[in-house]
Amino acid sequence: MTINVGATVNGKEVSAEVEARTLLVQYLRDHLGLTGTHVGCDTSQCGACVVHVDGQAIKSCTILAVQCEGANMVTIEGLADGDTLHPMQEAFRDNHGLQCGFCTPGMVMAAVDLVTRYPRPSEELVREQLEGNLCRCTGYHNIVKSVVAGAEAMAS
Amino acid sequence: MYDFIYHRATSIGDAQSIFKNSEDPVYLAGGMTVLPTMKQRLANPSDVIDLGKIDGLTGVERDGDEIVVRAMTTHAAVAASSEVAAAIPALAALADSVGDPHVRNRGTIGGSIANNDPAADYPAALVGLGGTVVTTSKEVAADDFFTGMFETVLEPGELITAVRFPVPEAAHYMKFPNPASRYALVGVMVARTGGVVRVAVTGAGPCVFRIGEMEAALAANFRPEVIENIVVAADGLNSDIHAGSDYRAHLVGVMASRAVAACG
Repeated sequence: MTINVGATVNGKEVSAEVEARTLLVQYLRDHLGLTGTHVGCDTSQCGACVVHVDGQAIKSCTILAVQCEGANMVTIEGLADGDTLHPMQEAFRDNHGLQCGFCTPGMVMAAVDLVTRYPRPSEELVREQLEGNLCRCTGYHNIVKSVVAGAEAMAS
Repeated sequence: MYDFIYHRATSIGDAQSIFKNSEDPVYLAGGMTVLPTMKQRLANPSDVIDLGKIDGLTGVERDGDEIVVRAMTTHAAVAASSEVAAAIPALAALADSVGDPHVRNRGTIGGSIANNDPAADYPAALVGLGGTVVTTSKEVAADDFFTGMFETVLEPGELITAVRFPVPEAAHYMKFPNPASRYALVGVMVARTGGVVRVAVTGAGPCVFRIGEMEAALAANFRPEVIENIVVAADGLNSDIHAGSDYRAHLVGVMASRAVAACG
């Protein structure tokens, strides 16, 4: 069964004809060409696929594209303002919050979401809130530093 | 994932009518279990009926001595609800401990209860708080709702519309999560209302269960030390690579004592 899915992604109206079983992450990557959102584990665990749907961080490997009909979505490609990185992206760069970079899109999207809920998070809270995002390189230390710094930058 | 026919239900009646007219349908609430199951090709429904756009199935309200949570309310919404935080903080904390933040933004209370995963948190909340499940055709006490591993009294096509939790005097949910999945290896909800105490256990057995001996001891004297010497039988408890049944039985006692202590 194919179905037309229309939505707003990073401020642009988009639509594509997809199979009903198409996951949101496949819709974003394969149909819209937005390959910044990654497929890591594909089993709802690693968080590399986190995007924002109607203001909430979700795992795009565990939602059908058709469930997002009419939704307003933001992916990692939608964070920067032209050549100016989002403060959270800048914080990840400044604090060496990535090594291979595979988990980074999901980490950054999760971090921006957690700062909207907890504007000045403690290091402990950041560690707790990143429960749904796995990184196999950094040992998390610099990611946590980045999120705390990014939260500061977003507040100012 | 195998292909299927997708339906976006516009009302409860519409959803049930599509269900009745489909060969092998499945309802889709938050999808946190059904979609991974379909992705692994462990399920192959002919029709998927999406409940996500039905009006009136989300929200939390206080109704007299009860908190009413509508079925499609997400774990994140229950965790963030000021009504829940004021009346049953243990329920807010339980909702906030499910999965991870992204899963909590999608997973729903109705979906969790209908699925009745042996390691899910909400069955312990329902049974521990003595809640009621409201469906399209009946109201069922939580004690009678969960019937076995992944089994409930729901009939094919029947939908949960809301869950009602009586407000207790004191309650606490203590979970020993699997460090990787965050599912409960053992989770115990203890609640005290008047002279009545309920102790409900999830994760340890094939289905949520109560421990009458602990409830009676705590009703007489609500202190953690009165249950310290109560032996929980390991017979029939879950045993897997994460924890043997003996260890789970031991954890039930430890979690129950800690939950009582945390009730204050």
